[in-house]
Order: sequence, then C-alpha cells, then structure tokens
Amino acid sequence: MSEISLRELRHSYLETPQTDADWALKKMSVDWSEGGAYALLGPSGCGKTTLLNIISGLLTPTEGEVWFGDRNVTDIPPDQRNIAQVFQFPVVYDTMTVYENLCFPLRNRGIPAADVDRKVREIATMLDLDEMLPRRASGLTADGKQKISLGRGLVRSDVNVIMFDEPLTVIDPHLKWVLRSKLKELHQRIGTTMIYVTHDQTEALTFADQVVVMHEGTVVQIGTPVDLFERPRHTFVGHFIGSPGMNVLPCEIENGTPFFAGRPVPVGHSIAYRDGTERLEIGVRPEFISFAADGIPVEIVKVSDAGRYSIVDARHGAHVIKLLVPEGESLPADGAHIHFDPGHTQVYADGWMVN
Amino acid sequence: MATKTQNPKAWLFVLPVVALVAFNALIPLMTVVNYSVQETFGDNVFFWEGVKWFEQVLHSERFHASLLRQLMFTSIILTIEVPLGVAIALSMPKKGVGVSVCLVLMALPLLIPWNVVGAMWNIFALPDIGLLGRMINGLGIDYNFTQQPGAAWFTTVMMDVWHWTSLVVLLAYAGLRSIPDAYYQAAKIDGATPWAVFRFIQLPKMKRVLTIAILLRFMDSFMIYTEPFVLTGGGPGNTTTFLSIDLVKIALGQFDLGPAAAMSLIYFLIVLLLCWIFYTLMMRHEAQ
Ligand SMILES: Nc1ncnc2c1ncn2[C@@H]1O[C@H](COP(=O)(O)OP(=O)(O)OP(=O)(O)O)[C@@H](O)[C@H]1O
Ligand SMILES: [Mg+2]
Repeated sequence: MSEISLRELRHSYLETPQTDADWALKKMSVDWSEGGAYALLGPSGCGKTTLLNIISGLLTPTEGEVWFGDRNVTDIPPDQRNIAQVFQFPVVYDTMTVYENLCFPLRNRGIPAADVDRKVREIATMLDLDEMLPRRASGLTADGKQKISLGRGLVRSDVNVIMFDEPLTVIDPHLKWVLRSKLKELHQRIGTTMIYVTHDQTEALTFADQVVVMHEGTVVQIGTPVDLFERPRHTFVGHFIGSPGMNVLPCEIENGTPFFAGRPVPVGHSIAYRDGTERLEIGVRPEFISFAADGIPVEIVKVSDAGRYSIVDARHGAHVIKLLVPEGESLPADGAHIHFDPGHTQVYADGWMVN
Repeated sequence: MATKTQNPKAWLFVLPVVALVAFNALIPLMTVVNYSVQETFGDNVFFWEGVKWFEQVLHSERFHASLLRQLMFTSIILTIEVPLGVAIALSMPKKGVGVSVCLVLMALPLLIPWNVVGAMWNIFALPDIGLLGRMINGLGIDYNFTQQPGAAWFTTVMMDVWHWTSLVVLLAYAGLRSIPDAYYQAAKIDGATPWAVFRFIQLPKMKRVLTIAILLRFMDSFMIYTEPFVLTGGGPGNTTTFLSIDLVKIALGQFDLGPAAAMSLIYFLIVLLLCWIFYTLMMRHEAQ
C-alpha cells in the first residue's frame, strides 16, 4: 500500500486537443492518502471513469504522471500496478462458475490454492454468494453478476487501491445499502485505500471520509462531507450537494461588503476580493436562511413539506430563494423578511469561493 | 406465464410461404422420391421397384468411397478454416480505416462465382503455366494436380480454404466486435494472460457465430460440386469425386435415374442428420 499522487495530470481522448472542452480531464494534481475512503462524486460525463482508468493504468494520461508511493507508474500496465477495479457495468466470465470467477484474479497471480480458496469463501460470505458458488455465472441475475464483479475486486488482499466505478447501479436500493455498509466495514477492517465513484451524493457522503467532487473534468473540491456542506469551494459543489442545493444570488461588492439587491449582506469571513472578476455571487444554503424581523423583503411563493422541515420558496424581485423552516414553526404572514447566517454565507467570483 | 393470443387468421399470412416452399422444394423432392422407388425406360412408363435402389446404393462400394472422401474433405476444410478464420479475425484491426480495407479484402473471395473460382484455381495451379504450379515445381517438389491424387486434394482444399475462410472470418469478427471494452479492461485488471482472454472472453462470445459458421461450412462443403468439378472433374481417377459429383455422374452420365434418386435421398438424409446431431450437441453445451 502506498499513497497515490497524480501530478500535473491532463487527459484528452483526441489526438490533437484544441479547445478547453477537448480535455476530458483538465490539469489537476491530486493526492490520495494511504488507507483513505474516498468518494469520487460528479455528474455524468465529468470524467470520473477516465480518472479511475488513469489510476489503474487502463489509460495513459496525455500529460502528467501517476505515482504510487515513490514509484512512477505512469507507463506501467494495470496488472503490474497491484490495484483492483470494479467496473460500472458488471463483467463476469460466462463459462466459469461463480467460484471460478472469484478465483480468477488470484489464480492468474499464482497464489497458492489453499489461500485462494480461503479468500474466495470469505468474500463470497461477505457478499452473500455462498450458495451460488458452484453455479455457472452466466445464469445469474443482474445483481448477482454485479456482486461477482464486486467480489473479483475484493478478493485480492494487499492491493494499493480498490476502485469502484458505480458498482451498485443495477442493485435494488435495500441491497445497495447493505452492500455499501459492508464495503465501509471492509474498509475499516483492512484499511486499503478505496475510491468509490458515484453520482449519487447520499452514496458518496455515507461511504467516504473524503469526497472528491468533479465537474467538467476538473476536481472542484476535496473535503469531508461537512466541508462540502458548510464551505462549498465552488458554486457547483453548492448546487450538487445538499437538497435543495445552495442558493446562488448575484451580488456587487463595494468596500469589501457584498450587496444583494441593493442591500448589504454581512459575510462572516473577510473578503479578499480582487477587482476584475466577471461574475460575482453570494452563496448560502437553505439551511442557513431564516425569517427575521428585517432584512431582505420577500414574498412566499411556494411551501413544500419535506418531513421534518418545509422547503419554502421565497421571491425577491426576479430571484427565488429557498429556505428551510423546521416542522411546526409558523410562517410569517405578509411582509416577510429573510436573514442569511453570516458564518455560512460565501462570496463566489466566477464560481469559485473568495476567501 | 403469459397467455398466447390465438388468431387463426395468421395462417393466411403463412400461406404464400407454404405455397412457395411446396413449389421449389416439396414438389421437386417428391419427384425424386417417385424416381427412387421405380424403374423407367423412358416414355413415362414406370415399374415399381420398392427399396431396391436404396439397398443397391447403400451396399455399393462406389457410394462408400465417395461418402468417405466427402467426410474427409469436409473434416479437413473445417479443421483448417475455422481456426484460421478465428485467427485472422483476432488479428484484424479494431478501428480506423484498416477495418474497412480488411473487410472488403475478406469479402472479395465470397463474391466470386463458384465456377470462376474453379477455373481460376485450375489455371493458377497448372504445373506448366500456373503461378502456383510453377512455384511449387520451382521449389523442387514434383506437383501436378491433374495426375497426382495428393496434389489434386491439396489444390482442392487450398481452393476451398481460399474461397470460404472469409466467411468464418467475417462471422468471427462480428462476434468479437460485440464484446464490450469492459471485458478486456476487467481481464487486464485481473491479470489474465492473452490465452485466458481468448479462452474465457473471446471464444465464449464467439461461440454462437462460430456455431453458425461451422454449420454453414459443413453443409456447403458437404454438398460441394462446382469448384472441384471445374478444377479436377473428380480426378485423377475418382480421387476427388465427392458425393455430389458422383451423383451427377450417375444421374446424367449413366442416366441411372432410380439409383441416382435413391442416392440423392440418402445424401439428403445424411446432411440433415449430421446437421441435427451437430446442432443438438452445440445447443446442449450452450444450455449447461
Ligand atoms: N473512450 C472514449 N473516447 C472518447 N471520449 C471518451 C471516451 N470515454 C469517455 N469519453 C468522454 O470523456 C468525458 C468523460 O467521460 P467519463 O466516462 O470519464 O465520464 P464519467 O464521469 O465516468 O461519466 P458517467 O457517470 O456517465 O460514467 C465524456 O465527455 C466522454 O464523452
Ligand atoms: Mg463512468
């Protein structure tokens, strides 16, 4: 096991990338510390699979290097990198039994038969595959196949990293939850670095210690779930994480104070704002907005009940601001005002947080 | 279980096909059956003979010899064409302009009429003026396919391989192209050797198309006529007289319509039987 670092990495699937959009991965340097549980979170097409394939060696990056510990592995093929990867679409070897499928990665590496058997049975038990071991893999249901796929990634001990590319897509929600907690449990037990790709925020937040958020080929933020929630470094993170997502409102800045709709908005931390940015916004999560006696005047346009709280859509001019009101709290009548919690209100310049 | 909708009108739509099949298969077949149990000396006068012709054919050494030759020929070309076709398909490029170039090159032999193939190879292999014939003789090997049975067999087999391996290649290639990339990626991560990739990914995925390829090649080669007829005319002697050539000799050469008809039916049943056995075996394996 070792730390994995991606240095000045950039990748394009095109021969001669011209514009910014030609790069599937824009220049990035990311370190994955040893033994971490990471979630790689981002919308479809943002480059998650590309990044995994570069780490595993299935793809050679157009630019930059991949290091495992003190070894540069950029040009080393996957089978020599000692990594495990579970793919987005289940892959099973049809002609083999479930047992043989799980043995395959171990046997290929010449591991003694007794160890293979022990390891395979252990993983089969964990994935609830014991009964199916002697069956032919081709006859299994979709989730059975996905479990085999997952199992083949897990049987090898001592790998540098195990990467899961949305491994539970075709599995039904309950089993999904069970398997995810088993993975988490396994991580705590064996302490191998794990990278779990998903575009589902709940999945990411429950699995990972550190969440890596990607957007259009860029890593926009790496942080704990709390970081992502309280201090989204990019408006995209604000939108993408949390439901409903962060409110992003246009603003102007005068003498270090942001103004929204002509009113000053107090912001907790000092603003190191440099002139010349195109687009200035303030971001504040619905959780950190409350009704107040004075502040920004709004008109309530919609209230939706979401269980322990209500989501209120409040309108100021052309802007709709969402806020959460705990269950049981009454809504103000006409002439409502809202207040942003200064400690959780950030200023964004061109999408990036200013601090 | 889903309930089936019954609609007797559907039979109406099948009728044209039934009529067509009756005209181009059933009725000709029945004439053959008709000939196979009777003796005729022309003038549409027939005498009932029962199973006499069938017994005669089944006991004839000549028939045994042609059948044996036929079986040998078919087995030889299958053992060459199937592995060779798979090997070529495996080494064909997966993307780029190379793909279309290869596909066109592969399709070419399939587009040439059979008698032309026979004529081409006849000239190509002539020991005195043919390119192949001259070359082999130039290597110091005595080669004359019109006189040596071995050379005749060699040339016939080569011709068939040249003509039909492409079919196996195209089918196998189609099978290979249907394998998602993820399988190869998983195999790389699992540390599979190229042989294991072939054995556990490519071969299983090609099985269906290969079954079809083998069946087609089996039936076709078992009924081969035009090419060897043009190339060797069944010679030297009878050494390349396969079943269909023999059949034509009996029917049209000697005008023994009764035995020829009986032989056709036996021939037909053999093909049918072998196909059935073969198909059943393949499907049983599939089901496991
Ligand atoms: N083999 C390829 N050839 C060309 N372009 C590709 C290839 N694979 C991916 N891309 C492009 O690179 C970008 C990133 O793709 P990638 O598969 O890494 O996204 P992803 O985040 O894994 O998406 P998803 O959630 O849908 O799996 C996409 O725009 C995609 O179209
Ligand atoms: Mg993907």
